[in-house]
Amino acid sequence: MEMTLDHITHRYGDMTVLDDVSLRIPAGEILCVIGPSGCGKSTLLRLLGGLETPDEGRVLQLGEPPSDCLNPLTYVFQDFALLPWRSVAGNVSLVLEDHGLGRAARRGIVADVLARTGLGDFHDALPRQLSGGMKQRVAIARALAVNPAVLLLDEPLSALDAQTRELLMEDLVSLWTRVPFTGVYVTHNLAEAVRLGHRIAVLSRRPGRLRDLVEIDLPLAERRPGHPALEAVQAQLWSLIREEAQAADKELADA
Amino acid sequence: MPEAQAARAVPFRGGGFRPVAKRGIGLAVFAVLLLVIEWGTRAGWISNLTLPRPSDVGATLVELWQSGMLVSHMTPSLTRLVVGSLMGVSAGIALGLAIGLFSYARAGLVPLVSALFPIPKIALLPLFVIWFGIDEGSKYALIALGTFTPTVVATFGAVDNVDRGLIRMGQSFGLRWTSIVGKIVLPGALPGILSGLRVSLAIGIILLVAAEMLGAEHGIGAYILQAGSLYDLERLFAGVVILSALGVLVSWGIGLIEKRLLRWRS
Ligand SMILES: Nc1ncnc2c1ncn2[C@@H]1O[C@H](COP(=O)(O)OP(=O)(O)O)[C@@H](O)[C@H]1O
Ligand SMILES: [Mg+2]
Repeated sequence: MEMTLDHITHRYGDMTVLDDVSLRIPAGEILCVIGPSGCGKSTLLRLLGGLETPDEGRVLQLGEPPSDCLNPLTYVFQDFALLPWRSVAGNVSLVLEDHGLGRAARRGIVADVLARTGLGDFHDALPRQLSGGMKQRVAIARALAVNPAVLLLDEPLSALDAQTRELLMEDLVSLWTRVPFTGVYVTHNLAEAVRLGHRIAVLSRRPGRLRDLVEIDLPLAERRPGHPALEAVQAQLWSLIREEAQAADKELADA
Repeated sequence: MPEAQAARAVPFRGGGFRPVAKRGIGLAVFAVLLLVIEWGTRAGWISNLTLPRPSDVGATLVELWQSGMLVSHMTPSLTRLVVGSLMGVSAGIALGLAIGLFSYARAGLVPLVSALFPIPKIALLPLFVIWFGIDEGSKYALIALGTFTPTVVATFGAVDNVDRGLIRMGQSFGLRWTSIVGKIVLPGALPGILSGLRVSLAIGIILLVAAEMLGAEHGIGAYILQAGSLYDLERLFAGVVILSALGVLVSWGIGLIEKRLLRWRS
């Protein structure tokens, strides 16, 4: 399933957050969205997943999601959004319970996604017992359980330390390599963007406009930290957003 | 490099400001207090018109138990407390949830609840006697109303405090409205509802005694009132001890429920 943003403009009160953004999200690719904080990246993702409606323009999905897909547009949140009173398995099972699946079918799916995310041994653990990286793995497992047509990831690794982030990036790459999924990956971290993005959309500071769209040909599986081609793209991205980030940093929050 | 300087440990200055569980201290304070009073009343520097001897109060309690009077006072009191607060608490949780979930309910009912909250409910007892009769009805109504208002306020506050991110997560996975309420909002609000319950039930006990003082043959309140009008300090204090025990029991019960239902909180 492919998605298109068609001339999206969105405001909160009289503050324009997104200004005339058009983007295509082709099936089977990861699109990274970068931009200084407050430029409307999360808003863009909320519009994509139908949690908000744009003031102008349209969010379109092209084609039907596969029939075994329980929740076509599925989020992975920065703060994990796990229910603290449910175990790891219970958190995954939560999103399957409204779909009329039998108990056995649900158990099968839960076991499968926990195995795929390396959580097999943590079936009955409670979220408070898990490290940040493990919590985000649970959230990814939960997203995979509904077999999404498009994964919407809002800074999924920003709450994690650098080593855990590296491990989870490798996990995401191997998940994508085994079964390519369509993804929109919002981040302010350029290193993440060049590791995971087939294409990288660069937003300007608020009001967010599409400044540039950078394509990286190198297959995901071949990307390593410090790869010269990636370093070059990262430098190019930095030169694009450096001034924006500087200006955004100096803005008064409520101006 | 400066040669051979004296080495000394960095002094510790990070202590204190952290409550640490100390077992038995509470009991010890009680025991010491009772012993001092016992000593005072025996030695005579506390007149037995001011305070009864703790041992006499204890004897009264034993006698109360042996004569079967304890049961015949406790049974109606506990029934009133359980029936009244069950009505008040369940209505309070239902209405609190409605206020927390529906904007119209909030707009319509919050002012009403705010108007009811500060009314001393005991003042309404004569009215309840007219409405529900001098018997159990008016006592149930008084306890129900008294436990209702704090439960409503605690419940909708607890619903308001449920992490919006979790609700948004539920919506983003296309969960049904009933699932979001039952699996996200309710469990998330439970800690707040339970701590509201502590306050509500304490108020319930106070109102129970008040209602029984104003018109009942049996019950702890009636017992205390009788003792008081005869200046029978031993029996009065025996009644007070029973009330305190009831309060401790209720609080312990809620603690037990919290421990079971809120195991996920650490
Ligand atoms: N629900 C909202 N109501 C009002 N303002 C909002 C809301 N959500 C976001 N904003 C504002 O919109 C701007 C963009 O927010 P966001 O999309 O979260 O940015 P980003 O994710 O790029 O940091 C910010 O200035 C933020 O304060
Ligand atoms: Mg954001």
